[in-house]
Amino acid sequence: MAELVTMPKLGFDMAEGTLVRWVKAEGDKVAKGDVIAEIETDKATVEVESSLDGIMFRHLAAEDADLPVNTPIAVITAEGEEPSDEEIDALVEQAGGKPSKKPAKPESAAKAEEPKPAEKSPEPEQESGETPAGGVRSSPLARKMAEEHHIQLANVEGSGPQGRVVKVDIEAYLASQKPAGQGEAAQKGGGSPQPLSSFNLGEVPEDEVVDLSRLRQAISRRMQDSNQNFPHFFLTRSYRTGALMQLRKELNALLPESDKLSVNDFVVKAVALALRQYPNLNASLQDEKHIIRHGHVNIGVAVAVEGGLLTVVSRDADQKPIRLIAREVREMVGRAREGKVRPEDIEGSTFSISNLGMYGIESFSAIINPPEAAILAVSAVQDVPMVVDGALAVGSQMKATISADHRVTDGAEAAEFMRVLAGYLEEPMRLML
Amino acid sequence: MTRMTMREAISKALWEEMERDERVFIQGEEVGVWGGTYAVTKGFYDHFGEKRVRDTPIAEAAIVGSAIGAAMTGLRPVAELMTINFAFVAMDHIVNEAAKLHYMFGGQFTLPLVIRAVSGGGRQLGATHSQSPDVIFAHFPGLKVVSPGTPADAKGLLKSAIRSEDPVLFIENATLYQMKGEVPDDEDYLEPLGKSKVQREGDDVTIVAYSKMVPAALKAADMLAEDGINAEVVDLRSLRPLDMDPVIASFKRTNRAVIVEEGWRSYGVGAEVSARIYELAFDYVDAPVKRVAQAEVPLPYNAELEQLALPQTEDIYHAAKEVLNG
Repeated sequence: MAELVTMPKLGFDMAEGTLVRWVKAEGDKVAKGDVIAEIETDKATVEVESSLDGIMFRHLAAEDADLPVNTPIAVITAEGEEPSDEEIDALVEQAGGKPSKKPAKPESAAKAEEPKPAEKSPEPEQESGETPAGGVRSSPLARKMAEEHHIQLANVEGSGPQGRVVKVDIEAYLASQKPAGQGEAAQKGGGSPQPLSSFNLGEVPEDEVVDLSRLRQAISRRMQDSNQNFPHFFLTRSYRTGALMQLRKELNALLPESDKLSVNDFVVKAVALALRQYPNLNASLQDEKHIIRHGHVNIGVAVAVEGGLLTVVSRDADQKPIRLIAREVREMVGRAREGKVRPEDIEGSTFSISNLGMYGIESFSAIINPPEAAILAVSAVQDVPMVVDGALAVGSQMKATISADHRVTDGAEAAEFMRVLAGYLEEPMRLML
Repeated sequence: MTRMTMREAISKALWEEMERDERVFIQGEEVGVWGGTYAVTKGFYDHFGEKRVRDTPIAEAAIVGSAIGAAMTGLRPVAELMTINFAFVAMDHIVNEAAKLHYMFGGQFTLPLVIRAVSGGGRQLGATHSQSPDVIFAHFPGLKVVSPGTPADAKGLLKSAIRSEDPVLFIENATLYQMKGEVPDDEDYLEPLGKSKVQREGDDVTIVAYSKMVPAALKAADMLAEDGINAEVVDLRSLRPLDMDPVIASFKRTNRAVIVEEGWRSYGVGAEVSARIYELAFDYVDAPVKRVAQAEVPLPYNAELEQLALPQTEDIYHAAKEVLNG
């Protein structure tokens, strides 16, 4: 029985993905678990695995196509089975798609003419379902105008609520395009006067326009939304980390190189335990009247990756030994940096930590990762002058700043959380219990 | 043209039609000797006599029911309900008989019947006597529902209603009786039933209103003009048939609309008109349509609270500003 493979939904806010590459060509044998294609989402490149044994009978989508989730992308058949086009169309229709016109499939015998690239792509643009055209919030009128003027809505800055592109934005965009076109010659000529003889700037590279990657677009959208719409407040506190550094040194001496613990692993564990006591910070605002206090304490750890950042998730970190936390996070970070992150690596965090300590940052604040209620910005462990028992001494210290959503929590509660966190970080043996 | 109040315009329409056609007669509570609760029929009793200006018992079912019978037998009754709130007592006659007899008897009967009723709040008459349930009646196919917002329209529309072969619920707003305006003197001055009308032209935002909300919308448009915003005010005049053409034509230019009604928002005129805008002009929508309506509470008796619950000129002004920013 022929089966459809559809664009997977990898995460609650994923609306569409790009089919980057077919790994299995048409006619290839496919075993359950084989990677058949690579998909790029807002967050990462993900491999799509086959859920059954059989033959990759037909690709229903071309590489580089942006497709809404659940769109059929391929047909896998049992060996020897050859469904007709009508049968495939029926299958696709059953799955809620529109019958495909055999995407640029050349007559199997006539390989003389390769399918022209022009023919490959005329996949009609999908009638967008939930997400408006291209994921850009826009009014129906703006969409119509954009279509008439062949404008990519993504290039237009929206001035309406939540950045909605409206008529005036299209008009402003059109107006801004005209002079740019006319002034092209002048721009290229670079008709600047002679430079000051004593002062030569040399070759100055021209401005370049770079497309935002999907990841960058997602970050920009989410951070803007969070910063604009979540009322953030910030509390900074210093933590004495002498005991923690000592304990880490002792533990690492016992552990193989591959299992060494980082300061951040201790912070993850400490934060998770402190959150158990302050469920209000391990929460999400559901709507104007409800807060979800999450049962699991899943700590997101921000990881810098090429062109952006991801948050890998240490699940139930309050219940796991630090060594396990350390190993899992290390593996996930590795996958994230290689662009091979798995959906479960990056989903479901309930509280996030951003640690810039390794860069020597002394103090900073982070933007909340929606829909979470707070994020902890962790800075470098440093030896600083400090007062101990009334005398000046040198001690190890680390600053951390919590950014919290004032709709969900208040200063006093967040401050208490920071104090309880001090209990764990400054007496780290408690993390071992 | 003569400048007169809406009360005088309605009175004039009735008087002229009664002079013109002897089949036209009036019945209702206190319409005769007393001259009408709102003094619309003052002098009619003495001039036309008790046969054509009939005082009835306080029995709305009888007022409407007997008028339906009279209409079926060839007369052209104008039945008056002191307030539209009392129409509920006559509901079965209005929606099950007046609205349906022509249809259910295969066209054997026509019902040239007008029911005049006074709607609206703002006069401290309490929750049961201050309602604007106009849309309830507009829900029923077979009944025309008309409600003027200017004295001229009051005259022209009422005369058309009386001359119509169909049952018409003619809704007057109590707070508009003193509203003054230029009214054509022509005894055959008719305004068509079921035609909306642009009462003020503008290109920036479309304000749709009817009845008492028309003068309020026009005032809001004046306020907006001071801010450099040109609002177009479309007066529906008739809730059934509902003429969307001027609304859509306006919306296609402005791309933004505010719908105003005195009644409650839920399932109201704003809901109907905005749904039709989305159906008929989706590609012209540049911002969600805004609705201005009465607060969703029984209308308070307390004068301050009552005014707070009713839609005001300022509400329309602010809604227009919001819809332009949104």
